[in-house]
Parts: sequence; structure tokens; C-alpha cells
Amino acid sequence: MAAKPKLHYFNGRGRMESIRWLLAAAGVEFEEKFIDTAEDLDKLKNDGLLMFQQVPMVEIDGMKLVQTRAILNYIASKYNLYGKDMKERALIDMYTEGVADLNEMILQLALCPPGEKDAKIALIKERTTNRYLPVFEKVLKSHGQDYLVGNKLSRADVHMVEVLYYVEELDSSLTANFPLLKALKTRVSSLPTVKKFLQPGGQRKPPIDEKSLEKAKKIFKIK
Amino acid sequence: MDSRPKLHYPNGRGRMESIRWALAAAGVEFDEEFLETREQLQRLQNGNHLLFQQVPMVEIDGMKLVQTRSILHYIAEKYHLFGSDLKEKTLIDMYVEGTLDLLEMIIMHPFLKPDDQQKEVVGMTQKAVLRYFPVFEKILRDHGQTFLVGNQLSLADVILLQTILALEEKVPHILTSFPYLQEFSVKISNIPTIRKFLEPGSKKKPPPDDSYVRTVYTLFAP
Repeated sequence: MAAKPKLHYFNGRGRMESIRWLLAAAGVEFEEKFIDTAEDLDKLKNDGLLMFQQVPMVEIDGMKLVQTRAILNYIASKYNLYGKDMKERALIDMYTEGVADLNEMILQLALCPPGEKDAKIALIKERTTNRYLPVFEKVLKSHGQDYLVGNKLSRADVHMVEVLYYVEELDSSLTANFPLLKALKTRVSSLPTVKKFLQPGGQRKPPIDEKSLEKAKKIFKIK
Repeated sequence: MDSRPKLHYPNGRGRMESIRWALAAAGVEFDEEFLETREQLQRLQNGNHLLFQQVPMVEIDGMKLVQTRSILHYIAEKYHLFGSDLKEKTLIDMYVEGTLDLLEMIIMHPFLKPDDQQKEVVGMTQKAVLRYFPVFEKILRDHGQTFLVGNQLSLADVILLQTILALEEKVPHILTSFPYLQEFSVKISNIPTIRKFLEPGSKKKPPPDDSYVRTVYTLFAP
């Protein structure tokens, strides 16, 4: 019997959250070993468990996978969330990478110097409503299906819905003009394993607060 | 009959160079439409040819692919540069992603302030020599094979060679302490399709110069 995947990261969203979402959507139970101090991270490094001395790291199927995208690609392939052929995979990849670019902007906000924050938030809002959300709304409108690719749940839907939550946390009005995306969000959130993930006590992590940010900076030695 | 892939990007390395390397390694001939003016970019954007208004964009098999990694994955899968099963594919993915983190420093380098550029060369050298090269040196030493994964050419070999050669342009002796990587570099460079790409007159682009930086600012700066 396969052991549950084990996630190594600090107790916060960061680059591990999209992996948590994807495992949840795939219905895969997972364990987490939280890195609480710089010493915890050093131990992982010194024990030779981190290929490039970095986390996220996920122990799965006898491997110690690193690099967020490599981990996501493995999970998506294994649990049939990656389309049925090359052309579907190409679409899923493009949509996933676009969402990842938006997600990266939001992720970096936490590390942004206070003086630059307002400008960065304005840019995120502009990109959300002008560059990213219209593309996906149009995709859903064009085929009228429940999911972005191949009339079937794929990782593209999961990553999209995750980022919709973040966008609405930033400003709940940003999704106002995107009814099909809002419907996708409801649909994916209602899947039993996703619903469980999102409930209180589920493994979804909250937005980072000041205290957790300071703790993360100490772990990763960021000034 | 498949028409040749068509690459849309400025006439320089940037984020398109890995794609040029992958196509060349696979022995696939391609065409290029170079972006020189803002008007050209706007025409692509207004014509809905760029899914997220960005390049690289590659016209291939009736699709307009964007996003560097999507394009690399498609090429790797189509031309058998992605291993023979999921485990090999995953190793290749990890190695490529690590190497792309290092390559990112090289891509961004010409756009740093002149005062920061020399410091960054030191930074990327340290990262290469302390974090990335030891990993690949050990992999090659441990299995004794020519290629990183599965005893056949993969995207991981191609991107690593691209990165090694780009770093050697800035730091000529960067592979001094890595005998297996030196041998790897020679062997992979001598694969016929790659050797052809490394010869003068190929579509491999020269190191970024001031003219390239100016073009990029003209095209993409707000």
C-alpha cells in the first residue's frame, strides 16, 4: 500500500499551496512536515534530501521531488488531470502557465517593499481584469462546457480556481464581470475532496500574516 | 505536409533561445519572424495571436503556442526528448526546472543596472558552482552514461548545455572543477544536430548586446 505523499514546507501558502490544491482536487490524502526554523531547513539540506537545496519538496512514490512545476506535472499526470493527448496538454500547459504568472505576482506581494506595494497591487488588478480573466472567460464561453479543456476536470481548472480565490481576497469586485469563471469556482469548490480541503480544519492555508511572514523570512534567510 | 514551426520574438536570445535549442537538437527546421517595432507587437496583440499578449509565440501544428515552458514541453514530447516513461519525464522536468532557474539569471542580466551587472556575474557563478553543477556532475558520475536521463538525449541535456555555454561566455573556466560536465559538454556539442546549431550561420543567437537591450525596451517597456 502506497504511503501518503509527504510535503516539506513552512506552514503557509508560498510555492507549496498549488501542490496542496492539486492533491486535494485529485482526492489524494497527504501529510505535511512543517519547517519551523532555519535549523529545520538546514537539516533537510545537510541530510541531502533537497536536490537544489530548496523547498517545496514532496516525498511521493519513492521519490523526493523538488521544483514546483515538476511536482505539479507528476501529480497531474499520475491522477489524470493533464488531458488526454498532446494537444490538450498544450492547452492545459498554456493556461496553467498564464495562471502561474498571475499567481507569482500575488505571491511576491508579501515580499514587496511598503513603498512599492500600491503600484504592484494596481498592476495585479489591471492584469487580472485585462490580461488573464478575459482569456479564460472567453475559453469557457466559446465551448460552453463545464471545464476549461476537454470537457473534463484538469489541473488548469484547479489552478484557475485557486487564483480566483486570491484575486477575490485582494478585491472581491475583480471577478464581477466574469460569470462563467465564478461558476467554475463554485463547481470546483463543490467537489467533495476540494470542499473538505477548503473547510475549517482542512489543509488549505490562510493568507500570510505579519508573524508568519517574519517566521518565513527567518527560515529562508530573507532580509 | 507539416509546415515549419514559426517563431515570433525579437532578434536575440531572451526566452526564445531555449526553444531554438530544443528544435535544433530535435533536427527541426524553423522560420523566424523578428519583432523590431512596437507596431509589429501591437499587430500580433490586436490580431489575437498572443493568448496573454506576450511572446515567445510559436506557430506549430496549427496552434499558436505561448508560454516558454508550454512550448518546450510540446517540442520535447513531439520529438521524443522527454524520456520513455513518467519517472524519466519527472527527472527530466526537475533537472530542466533547476537549470531554468540558473538560466533566468543569465536572461535577466543585460537588463540590470550596469553597476549591478558585475555583482550578478559573481552571484550566478556561485549558484552554478555551489548549487547546480554539483548535482549534475554527481548524476553523470554515478551512472557513467553520456546523457542525464535514460541513456538518451533529452530536454535536460539540451537546456543544461545551453546554460553551460552561456555561462562560459561570461566565466570561461567555470567548469574547471567538474570533469564529468566538461566531458558532457563536449559529447553533447558533438551530436550532429547540435553541432550544426553551434556552427556559424545557424539560428543560434549571439550574446545580448546594447542593440538587443534597446529593442527589448522599445517593444516591451510601458
